[in-house]
Amino acid sequence: MAFDTKTADVEERIEDGALLSGSAQFIDDLPFAVGTLHAAILRSPHAHASIVSIDSSRARALPGVAAVIDGTALAKVSEPLMVGVKIPIKCWPMAVDRARYVGEPVVVVLAEDRYVAEDALDLIEVTYTPLPPVIDPEAALDMNAYVLHEELENNLGSERTFRYGDPESAREAAPRCIAVKVRYPRNSCTPMETYGVLAEYDPHGTGYDIQANFQGPFSIHPVIARALKVSGSKLRLRTAPNSGGSFGVKQGVFPYIVLMAACARIAARPVKWIEDRLEHLTASVSATNRVVELQAAVEPDGRVTALFWDQIEDVGAYLRAPEPATLYRMHGNLCGAYDIANLSVRNRIVMTNKTPTGLNRGFGGPQIYYALERLMQRIAQELELDPLDVIRRNLISSFPYRTASGTTYDSGDYVRAFDVALNDGRYGELLSRRDLARAAGRIYGIGLTAAVEPSVSNMGYLSTALTPAQRAKSGPKNGAHAAATISLDPVGSVTVQIDSVPQGQGHQTVAAKLVSGVLGLRSKDVRVVAEFDTAKDAWSIAAGNYSSRFAASTLSAVQLAADRLRHRLARIAAGQLNGRPEDIVFAGGRVHLNGNPEASISFARIASASHWAPGTLPDDMDPVVRETAIWSPEELAAPTGEDGINSSLCHSFIFDFCGVEIDAVSGQVRVDRYVTMHDCGRVLHAGMVEGQIRGAFAQAIGASLFEEFAYGPDGAFLAGTFADYPVPTVLEIPTLDILHIETPSPLTLTGAKGVGEGNCMSTPVCVANAVADALAPKCGAVDLVLPLTPARIAEFLDAEPAAPEGYQPAAPTTGKGLTGRGRAKVSASPQAIWDLLMDPEQLAAIIPGAHGVTQPSEDRFSADVTLGVGPVKGRYKVDVALSELDPPSSALLTGRAAGALGMGEGTGRVSLTVLPDGGTEIAYEYEARVGGKVASVGGRLLDGAARIVIGQFFTALGRRAGGQRSLFARLFVWIGDGK
Amino acid sequence: MRRLIADQTHSISLKLNGKPVHAEAEPRMLLSDFIRHVLGAKGTHVGCEHGVCGACTVRMDGGLARSCLTLAVQADGAEIETVEHLAPAPGSLSVLQNSFRRHHALQCGFCTAGILMSLDTLLHDHPEAGETEIRDALAGHLCRCTGYEPIVTAAMEAAKILQKERLNA
Ligand code: FES
Ligand code: FES
Repeated sequence: MAFDTKTADVEERIEDGALLSGSAQFIDDLPFAVGTLHAAILRSPHAHASIVSIDSSRARALPGVAAVIDGTALAKVSEPLMVGVKIPIKCWPMAVDRARYVGEPVVVVLAEDRYVAEDALDLIEVTYTPLPPVIDPEAALDMNAYVLHEELENNLGSERTFRYGDPESAREAAPRCIAVKVRYPRNSCTPMETYGVLAEYDPHGTGYDIQANFQGPFSIHPVIARALKVSGSKLRLRTAPNSGGSFGVKQGVFPYIVLMAACARIAARPVKWIEDRLEHLTASVSATNRVVELQAAVEPDGRVTALFWDQIEDVGAYLRAPEPATLYRMHGNLCGAYDIANLSVRNRIVMTNKTPTGLNRGFGGPQIYYALERLMQRIAQELELDPLDVIRRNLISSFPYRTASGTTYDSGDYVRAFDVALNDGRYGELLSRRDLARAAGRIYGIGLTAAVEPSVSNMGYLSTALTPAQRAKSGPKNGAHAAATISLDPVGSVTVQIDSVPQGQGHQTVAAKLVSGVLGLRSKDVRVVAEFDTAKDAWSIAAGNYSSRFAASTLSAVQLAADRLRHRLARIAAGQLNGRPEDIVFAGGRVHLNGNPEASISFARIASASHWAPGTLPDDMDPVVRETAIWSPEELAAPTGEDGINSSLCHSFIFDFCGVEIDAVSGQVRVDRYVTMHDCGRVLHAGMVEGQIRGAFAQAIGASLFEEFAYGPDGAFLAGTFADYPVPTVLEIPTLDILHIETPSPLTLTGAKGVGEGNCMSTPVCVANAVADALAPKCGAVDLVLPLTPARIAEFLDAEPAAPEGYQPAAPTTGKGLTGRGRAKVSASPQAIWDLLMDPEQLAAIIPGAHGVTQPSEDRFSADVTLGVGPVKGRYKVDVALSELDPPSSALLTGRAAGALGMGEGTGRVSLTVLPDGGTEIAYEYEARVGGKVASVGGRLLDGAARIVIGQFFTALGRRAGGQRSLFARLFVWIGDGK
Repeated sequence: MRRLIADQTHSISLKLNGKPVHAEAEPRMLLSDFIRHVLGAKGTHVGCEHGVCGACTVRMDGGLARSCLTLAVQADGAEIETVEHLAPAPGSLSVLQNSFRRHHALQCGFCTAGILMSLDTLLHDHPEAGETEIRDALAGHLCRCTGYEPIVTAAMEAAKILQKERLNA
């Protein structure tokens, strides 16, 4: 069934009026106390460095600055963040002694306004000693790799192996073993609104009062309270009325909640912090990158009898709560949509010098399905089977189904969904399109993916990362409560409080519709409050907006509360109408006895009775003023002694297929058609379900083709702007055909299951499978790494045309490495030029942007220089050492530059040759590496910027050496036959 | 030309949504910060502060401007319109806003202010705009929630309604 938005239920959202007219309040729009200080954060430009000293005296002296707080000060009022698996590392929200990723907070400045706070950052001098960066997850596990955390012996945070069924015998018995090795990259569904925190501290007993655009899970609340050294009741955490998207990411605001709360305590003033986009991309949170080796024991017909997973999960610099959840969230689903009884798993968590990871839409799903569905295609390729047949033969066919690792798939009809998709999605037509395209010599392929989308996470799945013995010691953990409260006020109007912390998913609308339906009211008569307040609401650790829990879980609590309230109101009404409670009907804002609608009482009268006339209530009845329901699915048990885990409550099914065409010249991938079939149980609001699918799909297209949090080999972060991290625009999103079948979940009160994350799991691998299919006729089976950029695809296409004669290929670069060479002619003798180059005063005039040059020793120069690269212009301290001096012919320069915006180091050789006309040819060669903010936001522009600066330098040099003003006629600069 | 001094505030007078306003700002203050935090019109949002996302788009003297790439002092004497000015009256919505609502063209609504300003301007300046022009105008905006399709549908419907209204007028 495809959606028909004309007939389907697409009720307008109650949220939209305020959002469309600009009156909705987001965190940065909230009022704050007079005297609030604004925070700005100085962050590490190094991937790995010890902090030798921090000199903030100049920053403190700046008018308007109220406090400058570093890691040492932070450590006095707080504790490290708790770590989920039992390892002794210290997870601070701001670097203490050592910085372990680019962008890690090092100092916080609090000032009267944000502009002044940022000014002060530039005045802080931090001395770092760089340490070896550890970037690649496999290399990080090497015996000789530098260790990030001194408390550990290596970079392995946790290792566990699991065995379900008898995988080894299955492998021995199987005629074939087929394997893939994949590397899933780092990316993020990065929301349009960044993090924000407002924090206050009352030293007289009430503790912390914090507003943030946090999204849950509120199992993090105890982590924050413990880090701030207060009991939970002394940590009031509230969310803003609106949040500009999250997709998991705003879970990651919590270290900043701790940081800003601690700052408010230290400064004894309220503190406000709004993250900027560079900070967000660099250092908020990322999905994990993962290296997976996945092997299948396979029958000749493509049936898989056992799977062997070997996963290396890179969580970045700290194993920060709730990690290693990304790895364990899918633990019950490791066989996907397939009926495979034997399973072997090896999970390793590794720490590297990258941003710590956290929740991200799809959470663990993209990584799992990228391996599993690439493998299914590989099986088809190797056995020369139709990939459709391989999927179909392995699909689970009866429900409920118990997976090898212990999860129960609540309901489904995978085979029907698959068949309906092929038929209604016109798969046959797609095959003909491929045939036609290929016949015309075009590069066209088809990809398929089947996936199970889990929702409503078991809060205990993470404890699967512990051994059964460790679990026995720390006590069982499990469950996933949802809470809702319905209140009746003195005029009988209805307010609902939900625990789902939405960021634009329309939860208020759906909850209002449900409650009004139960109580016979109109949706608009019911007010739903979704902002969260730990001091006032009913809540538990599972509260929040993640694991697609709203429709299945929170709504079940709402349903429960509404039913209970209705039951109690019916008793009051029955007394007044002289009937039985079970005969009371709620309709049209009134209540009446079944069969007698004429004798009715207004709903408001019954609903307000407890306030005004408790004497009219049945004798044994407490006043009906509010009803709080906690819904708790008992199926979500703790892990068993054999490591079986029912990791999620509900399981939706997805089957996707798509056709892509690759441009033979540019390597660009164009998605030609994309069909996605969903079974998310009962569809409660067609418009919102479609919105979830389209939104996830668009993010997944970004992850498939464009987006990557790229790091240089030195750990420099290279994707600090939306130009370097290209989120797709409307022009990049292909048309999407959405199909549905409905098999309601028997485990939720609404029959609904999650739908928000599915395409983030299925689409990247579906596109990759299509690209692999497109390349197969030419290249056979290929290994693909996301995102599938033209440069990556081009490697599989025909070699480029030969370079023109005399072309010298650029030296290979590493990360944001710069290399270049060039020559300039200057009409002065080598000696004159040499003298200029050795004279600090002359150099000050020649070096572009120099504010003065000093010569601390004969072979050393120091300068303060202002340089601009693209959007970032900043001041740097430059130190250059000269060696291998051969006056006036050649010298080797080794230099370092460091400033608030980043740092660089490099070497260059300059040689001077006398020309027949008495002038000099200056030849130079350099090699440099750049890190910090400049690399993150100006990476694309560095080569060009370097060439311009060098050009300016030689222009100025020529002018000085020639002693005349306009020397263009006599000066030829040709720069950059290298890159 | 007006002489600006780096660390001094300068008085700025402009028309915001039809009403004259005056306030002080340093030369470096962004127009987005000025509108939001000095003038208190918080409907305009800031998503990137480097000109890519379009969330901060406002109308300045009839044309579109990224308020994060504009300095407040540049707006001295200008007429600025923001999302708060689109609805014909408090509590009601414009044709475009209403079609956004009907087609679920927003989820979190963070990108929406800028998108509405661009599309409102497009439909005003080019009443005949069709899907291509609408997609073109939308290409200057990032939305992370909707996948864009419902925004295109909403804008196309609004264009049709406005065309009809114009014919009838
Ligand atoms: S905030 Fe101005 S374009 Fe993004
Ligand atoms: S609606 Fe959330 S970013 Fe567009």
